[in-house]
Amino acid sequence: MIGLSHYLILSGLLFAIGLVGVIRRRNLLMLFFATEIMLNAANIAFAAASYYYNDLTGQMFAFFIIAVAASEVAVGLGLLIVLYKKFGTLDLDDLASMKG
Amino acid sequence: MYEQIAFYLFSVLTIGLFLVTVLSKNILYAMTSLAAGMVLISGFFFLLEADFLGVVQLIVYVGAVMALYAFAMMFFDATRDIKEKTTNDALVFFLGGMVALVLVLIFLAPVFSENIQAMYPSVEGVGNAQAVGMVLFTKYLVPFEVAALMLLVAMIAGIILAGKKMDHSLTTNDDKVISQEDTK
Repeated sequence: MIGLSHYLILSGLLFAIGLVGVIRRRNLLMLFFATEIMLNAANIAFAAASYYYNDLTGQMFAFFIIAVAASEVAVGLGLLIVLYKKFGTLDLDDLASMKG
Repeated sequence: MYEQIAFYLFSVLTIGLFLVTVLSKNILYAMTSLAAGMVLISGFFFLLEADFLGVVQLIVYVGAVMALYAFAMMFFDATRDIKEKTTNDALVFFLGGMVALVLVLIFLAPVFSENIQAMYPSVEGVGNAQAVGMVLFTKYLVPFEVAALMLLVAMIAGIILAGKKMDHSLTTNDDKVISQEDTK
């Protein structure tokens, strides 16, 4: 029987994958993909808690997370396009312009 | 029985697809595997009887967000493999796993302690979309309106940043003005 802990373990695994991506990636677009993975992992945990506690609050939070993710992508991609026009690359090592 | 088969199948496929997203060098491969993983995650939502959430996931994530990424990739050089400075992969996996473990433990401690109760129990005899509507438009009306405002702000920001004067660059002109002022 699939219980709450199955879903939470899966969600933790997906979150770890996203976090590894965030640490490992140097390309900004790939960093965005890794962020989406982490948001989706949180959504699975919320939906599972909502189902097993018979409460709709988890689903509400998942809806708001989806809304936040959508606006994040809209603003972030606009910023990425401006960055690409300015620097011609999306690599974080090349974008580092502060000398310290 | 079918639930178990579906859960393990979706789990293995989702983890594999997201690993491809995180480890692949090609942006196109990463984006397609991410989209496929999102579709499978909506499968989890259907398994958890959150039908409306699953449909929203399909429409918003797979439909809108992925299409937005695909359009944005037209500005970038998507076919070339990206070159990234190689980091110590073992260390990265160790750190990522440990930090994720700590975060999961922190956030799950209240779930596993027995003192949480259902605040808005599911109503019997109505579908998931109706129950979601009842809670969303009564208890969560103000956050809903704030989310609408946030989406409007995000839309305006996206249009201004990406769409305005697409034929020539916004920022290099500013630099030119600044450098001209410096030379005077």
